[in-house]
Amino acid sequence: MGWAIALHGGAGDIPLSLPLERRLPREAGLRHCLDVGIAALKAHKHPLDVAELVVRELENHPHFNAGRGSVLTTAGTVEMEACIMDGKTKKCGAVSGLSTVVNAISVARAIMEKTPHIYLAFDGAEAFAREQGLETTDPSYFITPENIERLKQAQEANRVQIDYTQPIQKVEKQDAANADGDSRIGTVGCVAVDNEGNLASATSTGGLVNKMVGRIGDTPIIGAGTYANHLCAVSATGRGEAIIRGTIARDVAAVMEFKGLSLKEAAAYVVEQAPQGTTGLVAVSSTGEIAMPFNTTGMFRACATEDGYSEIGIWDSPSK
Amino acid sequence: MGGWAIAVHGGAGVDPNLPKERQEEAKRLLTRCLEIGISALRSNLPAIDVVELVVRELETDPLFNSGRGSALTENGTVEMEASIMDGPKRRCGAVSGITRVKNPVSLARLVMEKSPHSYLAFSGAEEFAIKQGAEMVDNEYFITEENVGMLKLAKEANSILFDYRIPTIGTCGAGAAMESPLQMNGLPISVYAPETVGCVVVDKEGRCAAATSTGGLMNKMMGRIGDSPLIGSGTYACNLCGVSCTGEGEAIIRSTLAREVAAVMEYKGLNLHEAVDYVIKHRLDEGKAGLIAVSSSGEVACGFNTTGMFRGCATEDGFMEVGVW
Repeated sequence: MGWAIALHGGAGDIPLSLPLERRLPREAGLRHCLDVGIAALKAHKHPLDVAELVVRELENHPHFNAGRGSVLTTAGTVEMEACIMDGKTKKCGAVSGLSTVVNAISVARAIMEKTPHIYLAFDGAEAFAREQGLETTDPSYFITPENIERLKQAQEANRVQIDYTQPIQKVEKQDAANADGDSRIGTVGCVAVDNEGNLASATSTGGLVNKMVGRIGDTPIIGAGTYANHLCAVSATGRGEAIIRGTIARDVAAVMEFKGLSLKEAAAYVVEQAPQGTTGLVAVSSTGEIAMPFNTTGMFRACATEDGYSEIGIWDSPSK
Repeated sequence: MGGWAIAVHGGAGVDPNLPKERQEEAKRLLTRCLEIGISALRSNLPAIDVVELVVRELETDPLFNSGRGSALTENGTVEMEASIMDGPKRRCGAVSGITRVKNPVSLARLVMEKSPHSYLAFSGAEEFAIKQGAEMVDNEYFITEENVGMLKLAKEANSILFDYRIPTIGTCGAGAAMESPLQMNGLPISVYAPETVGCVVVDKEGRCAAATSTGGLMNKMMGRIGDSPLIGSGTYACNLCGVSCTGEGEAIIRSTLAREVAAVMEYKGLNLHEAVDYVIKHRLDEGKAGLIAVSSSGEVACGFNTTGMFRGCATEDGFMEVGVW
């Protein structure tokens, strides 16, 4: 027992040769966000507040694909989405298609608490965020030079790809968007549990490089990218379409509940069942266990528990 | 292995005072849709084609809350959503915020087949529809006079509800203002538009598919997404079963209701009927919903904890049933 926290900055084909200038700022970002979460848990903040707080930090960090630093749609714009869920009450909020709100996760929280609905999207969500007085900014704030370059590369790769394939092959087409090795990576998420077993999960993303305008991924979908109940809290990352189809986050909880597996066993089972190279997740249980499995090359991740254990990692590690 | 089976629904949470002729009208439509599905199954169409075909028919008829006849947003417009899922490979497609596409379920199918994504929404989804040559109509096409009247009633009811801060269901402190104890999604049941539509099918080969389509909640906020387009909530299909849900969207999302049926089959080893029973009894907390389901072995089941659900089902061995209560 005791509190525990885990967070991620995306899973995917992170090349082992990832240049230091891309690796170090992300590791520093993970460390900073983990510290923010630990301090909040030590101050007895509710896990819902902790998860939101940590994801806000991750969104503000330009090296992760959420908030500032979100990847670009095929039209060169940013469309962010986010989701938050409370374990005990299963209350949840989700949002898609945000283009001016600084912290998408806080819109999801406001939808959960201030509307009779769970999920708002696009213009209606933007209007709601403004009504609630949440911070907005010029869309250019979210767009980094690195992501403009990624979009360019993805679009060039796509054009080539289309020449070679007759009918659209979903998976192959997405591979092409992965030309620079880490362009698909960087959804962010955080799961937390406190001493009383309160659980929460939060996930936020800019989506997929070169995604179609209007595309919704797994992140805002309860049960796919994000889920929490009385047993565990889960935030998933990877290839959105595979995570939706596998209802990955809900399945970790379902396997615990219906098969009686522990968190680690359940999380490992679900990730193993998912197609290779598609899925990573972070999860905590009500008893303070942590699991961070992935079947991709790597996953930016960090975790800590009350008894002093802490880990920050990118690629395979013995504790996986 | 059993033969084919099909089930359709036109929403859960029916006003007990719904006029008889309206009930009969609904039953006639459900019967007609079942027959369309049955004849498609007899011609060996795969399950995924049958669910799309049947839901198109339900969307096109103005009676239920999907396609033409959709419930209206707070601004008096129509924003439709739909999803479709094919059991064998769990391929899926979903759309939200559709204002001009005549058959949202067919757009969901196009997202599944012709886009690299699973889910498109709002203007991006409509641009995609135009590029794919989907049939487009004006938003007015979807708006019926009846729903304009319902929206007015919903707004009046809501103004009361919001005074007492009742976004959720169940106990309400509004006293005399709330004469009807029956509520769905915080709306009196006479105003609530339950009639999301859905269809689940298993074909002779044991392939399952599910599709769901809706106009959403009467008087909903602009941009609101409900359970219908969410894979695992309103719609789900895998190699074991196909499921389509309807009712209070938020309760269905929280309980990932459609996936739940499949999950208890997969992880607890329940059969379809046990799974549907279990999920309706133990998974909805205070929420109200209904669902239809088929299994790959040709079973068909439906369950609901609401007052009534418009539904119909049929199997290859000649069983056929259409019911409301």
